[in-house]
Amino acid sequence: MDLEVKIRSRNIDFYYGKTQALKKINLDIYSNMVTALIGPSGCGKSTFIRLLNRMNDLIASARVEGNLMIDGVEINDPKTDVVDLRRRVGMVFQKPNPFPKSIYENLAYGLVINGIKDKKFIEMRVRESLEKSALYDEVKDRLHDNALMLSGGQQQRLCIARCLAVEPEIILFDEPCASLDPISTRKIEELILELKKEYTIVIVTHNMQQAARVSDYTAFMYIGELIEFDLTEKIFTVPKEKLTEEYLSGKFG
Amino acid sequence: MTRFRENLYKWIFTVLAFASLVFLVGIILTLLKEALPLFAEIKFFDFLLGSQWYPTYEPPDFGILPLILASVLVTFGAMVVAVPIGVGSALYIHELASQTQRAFLKPIIEILAGIPSIVFGFFGMLIVAPFLQKLLGIPTGLNAFTASLVLGIMATPTICSISEDALSFVPRSFREASLALGANRWQTLVRVVVPAAGSGISTAIILGIGRAVGETMTVLMVAGGAAVIPKSIFDPVRPMTSTIAAEMGEAVMGSPHYSALFAIALILFLITLVINIIAEIISRRYRLKLGLGR
Repeated sequence: MDLEVKIRSRNIDFYYGKTQALKKINLDIYSNMVTALIGPSGCGKSTFIRLLNRMNDLIASARVEGNLMIDGVEINDPKTDVVDLRRRVGMVFQKPNPFPKSIYENLAYGLVINGIKDKKFIEMRVRESLEKSALYDEVKDRLHDNALMLSGGQQQRLCIARCLAVEPEIILFDEPCASLDPISTRKIEELILELKKEYTIVIVTHNMQQAARVSDYTAFMYIGELIEFDLTEKIFTVPKEKLTEEYLSGKFG
Repeated sequence: MTRFRENLYKWIFTVLAFASLVFLVGIILTLLKEALPLFAEIKFFDFLLGSQWYPTYEPPDFGILPLILASVLVTFGAMVVAVPIGVGSALYIHELASQTQRAFLKPIIEILAGIPSIVFGFFGMLIVAPFLQKLLGIPTGLNAFTASLVLGIMATPTICSISEDALSFVPRSFREASLALGANRWQTLVRVVVPAAGSGISTAIILGIGRAVGETMTVLMVAGGAAVIPKSIFDPVRPMTSTIAAEMGEAVMGSPHYSALFAIALILFLITLVINIIAEIISRRYRLKLGLGR
């Protein structure tokens, strides 16, 4: 199978003020694959994925150096349209964060802010994205109820659906199951496996078993450095680096 | 011994906790006791809706409609001034101000809230009123318009400060979700942050209204004092609070006039009570809506 590089990171350094959070990250993320970022807290994995949709722009003291390209186009270029970038690179957060609005409004939000007014079209997209996120049957009769009435797992799938509604190419998951129970977690994982057929997925996780279950490639990070990147099977069975092996066997982390 | 002390503390704090309740009940009872004799003389609705307030005439007229309308007019005018400035500055502080600007803007606005009302009254009487009188060529600068303006400035800090708190209670995750979907800062503010803070902002406005309705010294000094139903915002008016303050000293204790002033106070108390209850209901609903519990 031909691997197509979707995201290319070259010598990425990242600073919060004077603290360096990422050191010379070189990483290729392939299209239609699930790439997991693992590593102990503070290793920079969340910082890294937040670079991919430029969420770190919100932090005043943040500074990034190096090249970060999506489809060969530099995304930190001042000419990059951040709004367009974020539409192409969706994000699902650690804690489900639906808006305190109806389920329908949550899903329509991304379309409405992008200037789409056609109601039929919005309705169609809302339905499609709910079906793709395996939530449609559970909420079809109460689309106009407040989204905060849903359970945590449903809320997280709603957030995934909200992200799908704007038809991104890449979806970033920042520890999406950190606050969920095992059953909801399993549903999200199944969903991720389903979604990779159409999307490129990057997932940050604390849970090594989760990385093993859902990802094709795994990157192990430690204190701002990328220690090892390979096929998930290889990382978990025959890691090249001693540090990786120690982390995976639970010696630290 | 420890047992005794523990009980002692328990009792001290119980008494303190219930003190406010005792004061509240005491005030209500006093108001009722002093106000009720009036209604032996005149009907409640003649009092509430009568358009003549001549308490010292023979026979006297105790119609407080002009006073109620004056309070409503001045409060409404104050909100026209205070809501845009208060909410606008809250949005600015929350969304656009830099760290340094925020560090001095909010305290400054809160200091404005701490200025004694007599100072505002003084300022209104000696500076605003003569200025407006000249500028607009009106017979007197002491009128409902001037009172609205000065009261509006006084209510602004309440509205700004509480609105800003409401905005900052909106979880950061809402903003992040919106931005991550490709919304710009403005869309995020208008479509997510402000609606989420909406009931908090409403509470702020209602409390601002409460402040304006109950304010006495300023309106006494700048509203002009005519107990006549106003025909325009440039007419001098006499709101409920300033009526009580101006006349209490000359009303004979126990006379109908004296009772009538207590009755005005009772009505005023009921109005502010309703305002506070509405504010409480809205803010409780708001916390539920954001999933913050009670």
